[in-house]
Amino acid sequence: MDQPFVVGRVRTPAGVVPRISPLLLAGDRWGSFKARWGVGRMHYTVDLGLYALGEVGPESPVFVTANYKMSFDCLRESLAGRNGWILVVDTQGINVWCAAGKGTFSTDEIVRRIEIARLADVVTHRKLIVPQLAAPGVAAHEVKRLSGFRVVYGPIRSKDLGYFLDAGLKATPEMRQKTFPIGERVVLIPVELVEALKTALIIIPVLFVVGGLGGPGSFWDKALDHGLLGVSALLLSIVAGAVVTPILLPWLPGRAFALKGLLPGVIAAALIAVARNGAWVDLSGKLETVAWLLLVPALTTYLSMNFTGASTYTSLSGVKKEMRVAVPLQVIAASAGILLWLGSRLAA
Amino acid sequence: MIGQLTYLKDVVTLRLDAEKCTGCGMCLQVCPQAVLARENGKVRIDSRDSCMECGACARNCPTEAIEVSAGVGCAAAVINAALGRNSSSCCCIIEQPESANRDSQAPADRRGSSCC
Repeated sequence: MDQPFVVGRVRTPAGVVPRISPLLLAGDRWGSFKARWGVGRMHYTVDLGLYALGEVGPESPVFVTANYKMSFDCLRESLAGRNGWILVVDTQGINVWCAAGKGTFSTDEIVRRIEIARLADVVTHRKLIVPQLAAPGVAAHEVKRLSGFRVVYGPIRSKDLGYFLDAGLKATPEMRQKTFPIGERVVLIPVELVEALKTALIIIPVLFVVGGLGGPGSFWDKALDHGLLGVSALLLSIVAGAVVTPILLPWLPGRAFALKGLLPGVIAAALIAVARNGAWVDLSGKLETVAWLLLVPALTTYLSMNFTGASTYTSLSGVKKEMRVAVPLQVIAASAGILLWLGSRLAA
Repeated sequence: MIGQLTYLKDVVTLRLDAEKCTGCGMCLQVCPQAVLARENGKVRIDSRDSCMECGACARNCPTEAIEVSAGVGCAAAVINAALGRNSSSCCCIIEQPESANRDSQAPADRRGSSCC
């Protein structure tokens, strides 16, 4: 009851149900923004159970969603001006599709939540509107058998709910198909970026320290020279793999994600080599350049490959197939790159 | 294929038993990739390479006519599983060994990731 979106209470035969507002406030948008950047994402939840939206009665439709706050917000916002019950099930704070894949948004969880909320006492009909993307975890015929409630799969995007409701719970084929347009790819970039940068923060000091070792001259000058080159190469690889690949995904050559990352990786490596062309004079400089020519594409293709998890159309069989080829090549390139880079410090 | 998002060719494990199919169309409703189509009262696989093995069709088939080894296509999860870790940066899960054609929900040995 003490959640900011609760604006009142509704009396039902099964007890008092919180009435919620369909309006997203600044706090809701700020919460989504933070979650997109990986801040508090694992604990961005709403309380479980039944909520009422608008002027609800025993005939009002029931919508089921995950207890991830962003999922809940999408739903209530799309239902502005309409009436309905929202049943929040326990997905451990994970969004609808991922929770369904994980098995937490499941038949058993829906059935359990119907019982706990005493939904059969609240509504007279026996119908649940469940998001289509919950279907990997939910068996409609099993929910019916176990609870008496018939699952009707709603559209993929909550913004199509209005059409779906007005059409008598029917979705068009387009509403049932998951696309991956640029806007959806871009919002996934921050989390990928933050994860990559967390690892980079551990590597960066190592690059400076090792960069400062070997050869004549002061440690600090060398650390700045070779360390800074390394840090630039590292950050450029992260931008190429975790930002450029997601944005340009449909236009990059290849189907495998690691392959899609090759072009941005090679361009990033070329930029580093060009920026460093003055060093192509002695063995140390040559080794250093070749090292980064290997390391940058290895890292970029690896990060691109990792975007399979965020993408909406990759199969596990396909990911395993591309990894069987890509990972050994990445390991070889990265190992050779590290050895050459260490060698460049020794040869200095 | 430039400008279009299609994943690898000829890899998916989707199988459809036309004998068992009653043509109820539940699978057509839940498939997010328009992989299946109905023809003369039976469902057939229309664009196999679009399948992402989410398992929604198999899970919702009342006659167990569809089988797919379901999982989430996520490289980080595959790596984490190989390394024996159970957290990952994306919303991936560690693959489940059994086919999605079962009714078993969330087996206890399924290790979750700490995210999404």
